[in-house]
Amino acid sequence: MTEPALQDKPSSAPKPTRDYKVYLPWITTPALCLVLVGVWWTYVDLSKISAFILPSPAAVWSAWVDLLWSQRAWTDAFMTAYATLVGFFWAVIVGVGLGVAIARVRWLEQTLNPFIVASQVLPKVALVPLFVVWFGFGITSKVLIAAILAFFPILTNTALGVKSIDHGHRDVMISLNATRSQVFRRLELPSALPYIITGMEVGIVLALIGAIVGEYLGGDLGLGHLLIGRMNAFETDGLFAVMIHMTILGFIFYFAISALRRILIPWHASSRPGGAP
Amino acid sequence: MPGDAPTDRKACHAFDEAYPRAIPCSGQTRAMAVTTPARDAIDSRGDAIRLERVDKWYGTRDQPVHALDTTDLTVSKGDFVVLLGPSGCGKTTLLRMIGGLIAPSHGLLKVMDRDLWKGDARQSEAVKSLGIVFQEANLFPWLTIEQNIALPLELRQVPKAERAARVRELTSLVGIAGFEQRWPRELSGGMRQRAAIARALSYGPDILLMDEPFGALDAMTRDAMNIELQNLWMKTGKTIVLVTHSIAEAVFLADRIILLSPRPGRIDTVLNVPFARPRVIDTQSSAEFQAIVRDLRHRLDQIS
Repeated sequence: MTEPALQDKPSSAPKPTRDYKVYLPWITTPALCLVLVGVWWTYVDLSKISAFILPSPAAVWSAWVDLLWSQRAWTDAFMTAYATLVGFFWAVIVGVGLGVAIARVRWLEQTLNPFIVASQVLPKVALVPLFVVWFGFGITSKVLIAAILAFFPILTNTALGVKSIDHGHRDVMISLNATRSQVFRRLELPSALPYIITGMEVGIVLALIGAIVGEYLGGDLGLGHLLIGRMNAFETDGLFAVMIHMTILGFIFYFAISALRRILIPWHASSRPGGAP
Repeated sequence: MPGDAPTDRKACHAFDEAYPRAIPCSGQTRAMAVTTPARDAIDSRGDAIRLERVDKWYGTRDQPVHALDTTDLTVSKGDFVVLLGPSGCGKTTLLRMIGGLIAPSHGLLKVMDRDLWKGDARQSEAVKSLGIVFQEANLFPWLTIEQNIALPLELRQVPKAERAARVRELTSLVGIAGFEQRWPRELSGGMRQRAAIARALSYGPDILLMDEPFGALDAMTRDAMNIELQNLWMKTGKTIVLVTHSIAEAVFLADRIILLSPRPGRIDTVLNVPFARPRVIDTQSSAEFQAIVRDLRHRLDQIS
């Protein structure tokens, strides 16, 4: 109350220039897309390139609309989304659990670290044939590869988050006589949450890649299987249409996690407009 | 002695800043001799904090660091004690030991007549009577100001309505009423520190331990906070132990200044500060105040 009045008011009222920066992508993104499609269309028109190599945007558009009306394509999209989400779910459970454990228990980290690094270095998609051998052409192998791809960024980010907890905050909890479980629920988890969500943002996209790669090699369902089918039939416009489907699916997942960021950690700088992405 | 110090207020302030070393130290030993350890003996209020032959070693067996030499210290209930000293004198170590954040290597540490440590186990009954304010406010950024202040109560399963009432009481006590629903990042450094003080007071500890609580604030805010801290201490009757490296802050706030010397940390001088309460900004410009500040500065120069 006796402090200088200037400090008593939290700064608000963003500068006008910032508003303009926030809305800028809403103009530039569609504009750049239009330019891209225009260049593509002009190139296809002028070069008379074969539609097997590069179909025109119009052909891709109609193939995509066909896909929207196809019951089969919806089933495929649903299967891919299902495999991605189930795999991602397990990746979060195991990744966060193990991440917290290795961040807290020194000997566990030292014991597991060589294996974690080794499995990071191993190109995980190389495991897909093995999983097909072990688990067949069903959904299990897709879920598993999605989970394994999403697992590592979640694990490493969780461990980093728990290790980055402010010493001062720990001192506060000690001075308040907090129990171990109170420290976990009230300090470690919320403090690591921004890191965990960053891991999840990377993880969900990797889980989608894992599910699709799994579908390339085995089974008769999913967008990956649909894509291979289009390739084998030389329907390049259909190939593009399936790619659009996959991209949309990726966007939906990514934005769902971003929304989670705004709901779970509204206090964090990354959730503020104009904050870090 | 008093003749050395200017009487004009402005000049006094400049004097304080401008002559850290150059003053002849004629009066210094005399002023230092005013220490009265006998005061504890005649005090009937009882001890809030008692350290008996406490010391602290850090580091490995091969390279041990003696952070704090064997120390005896008693703080009476309701006292305002300031630990003052140069960096590396173990004042923060001493405070953190009293706060139960680190264990002493040897010796006995009692808080409100309860042992703080039994072996390696911190005794929660003793910790309950301690509230700690750190140099950083250390508010949890994911909690609002209200939730931060109520956190200690929540950990103790105090009902929600009671928590809310207590927070209202505390926010007006420390002067941040109306900011309960803000995020910590929306408040200035001084206001965050007020919230941290409110949090430390929320569960009604008898003792408030403060580790350079205003060290990160600008000079103007700091002066204001010191006055308010004094008011808060007079209103609540808590025992306060405060660590600082600012001589003027120590003399302004303390009933008793404990000057520590470094390598290894040990109590060098104990000095009672005679000024009446409440002390005001002008207290700082009195000749007597300046003389104590100057003597302490000379002593600090000798030991650091």
